Amino acid sequence: MLNIKNVSKTFNLGTVNEKAALKNINLMLEEGDFVTLIGGNGAGKSTMLNCVAGVYGVEAGNIFIDGKEVTKLPEHRRAALIGRVFQDPMMGTAASMGIEENLALAYRRGQLRTLRWGISHQEKELFKELLSSLGLGLENRMTDKVGLLSGGQRQALTLVMATLIRPRILLLDEHTAALDPKTADKVLELSDHFIEESGLTTLMVTHNMRHAIKHGNRLVMMHEGHIILDIKGEEKMNLTVEDLMQRFGKASGEEFANDRALLSE
Amino acid sequence: MLQILLGAVSLGLLWAVMTIGVYITYRILNIADLSVEGSIAMGAAIAAQGIMKGMNPFAATAMAFIGGMSAGLITGALHTRLKIPALLSGILTMIALYSVNLRILGKANLSLLRLETVYTGLQSMGVGRNDSVIVLGMLSVSALIVVLYWFFGTEIGCAIRATGNNPQMARAQGINTDNMIILGLVISNGLVALSGALIAQSQSFADVQMGIGSIVIGLASVIIGEVLFGKKSFFSRLVSLVLGAISYRVIIALVLRLGMPANDLKLFTALTVAIALSLPVLRGYLEPLKKSMKGGR
Repeated sequence: MLNIKNVSKTFNLGTVNEKAALKNINLMLEEGDFVTLIGGNGAGKSTMLNCVAGVYGVEAGNIFIDGKEVTKLPEHRRAALIGRVFQDPMMGTAASMGIEENLALAYRRGQLRTLRWGISHQEKELFKELLSSLGLGLENRMTDKVGLLSGGQRQALTLVMATLIRPRILLLDEHTAALDPKTADKVLELSDHFIEESGLTTLMVTHNMRHAIKHGNRLVMMHEGHIILDIKGEEKMNLTVEDLMQRFGKASGEEFANDRALLSE
Repeated sequence: MLQILLGAVSLGLLWAVMTIGVYITYRILNIADLSVEGSIAMGAAIAAQGIMKGMNPFAATAMAFIGGMSAGLITGALHTRLKIPALLSGILTMIALYSVNLRILGKANLSLLRLETVYTGLQSMGVGRNDSVIVLGMLSVSALIVVLYWFFGTEIGCAIRATGNNPQMARAQGINTDNMIILGLVISNGLVALSGALIAQSQSFADVQMGIGSIVIGLASVIIGEVLFGKKSFFSRLVSLVLGAISYRVIIALVLRLGMPANDLKLFTALTVAIALSLPVLRGYLEPLKKSMKGGR
């Protein structure tokens, strides 16, 4: 479904601040794979997601989604294939537009926008029904500006928007990191719900080891621009935080203590 | 006094068209677009020269609109395609247009006295000079409000609003934000030029200098409208822009009447806008003061 082939990405290429963020990355996701991507600060997790989404171009390598090469496609064209939720809850929604207006924008992802009215009556009903089925308490606030919502509510709404039109790939970029633990759990639960319901192929970046272990069917760990671990199947199901720490130490060949705080929170 | 007020209202209605253009860039797209300083004079120049050459005044006004749109296209292309910061793109277009406008006019200003304008039709039916401007101004502003209310409710209009509000989100939802910025700038500058064409015809001359400070007047009108007449729904916002533009003209007429020298007008306008824009910060400073006064007995 998603195929990242020999991808390299360097920031500030050719300057003194040159930093290689991705070094010849290869990663292939099968249809329905739910991969949790973990690693310390600067490991390249978010860079990889942004390269898939088209925020950054890459110097080398190719990216395929659903068999189609998207390496050169601009961000807004790739959006037809990709649903995204960001770390910053403010980033995924338009604050000064209404809840239903935001959903209507997402409902047209990948379609040509015309001079038809931006939201139809059927859509309003549909969105209301959808939100009430999720129990977020938003179904009676459909015309409220999204800026009035809490961070958790905005993140949940972004999640709904990302999956409203079934994406070929769902990219979750530390989407619970800015939330309090209780809200984070709720949003993760909601993510699981959407992913399971539609069998979405998902790449979820997280700092949190427990989240990385608990969710998904496959765990990929990055370190300094490389993929150093790829754990799937039964092995992933039986994984513990201690295992993961040990294997990280072995694979990266570094003292674990430095990264421990960053990884386990 | 009534005459002065009516004059202010008629001028305000014509400037309202420009204010709506400024609103589209400043509030909807979240860009301070300075090219309007050039496009307002461009609209005046095109309309005046068209009329001088014997064109139908309505056709000349339409041409002014198109001319303004092309100016917006240039600013948009500089900003999105060549990645020049929005503010600088606007300044470049503004400066370039000064020369362009001089070429269109052939000299620094052009008189339209005794020539047919969009207002003469009404005047020949016995409507007074000022009244004809008010009637036509009302008609164009009302039509504009209806059209823009519709447009910004369409899929493309929503995409422009989302782009101004949160470009990352817009791109993630498949919106080509560059094109939306260009489109917004095109519409905005078209309206500003249209306003310039209407103003030139109402005052019977076009001047290459008439754009100087117009962005500040536009901003002042936007802000006065928001402060005085609220910003609830999009429709009431559009109406508030018109009322804001009229209020600005009325305020200016009043302070001039009270004896402020006309030369100080631009300083006065700039101060008004500076104070209005800093209101949130000023409130922040005043809040602790108020509290201490309440608590301090």
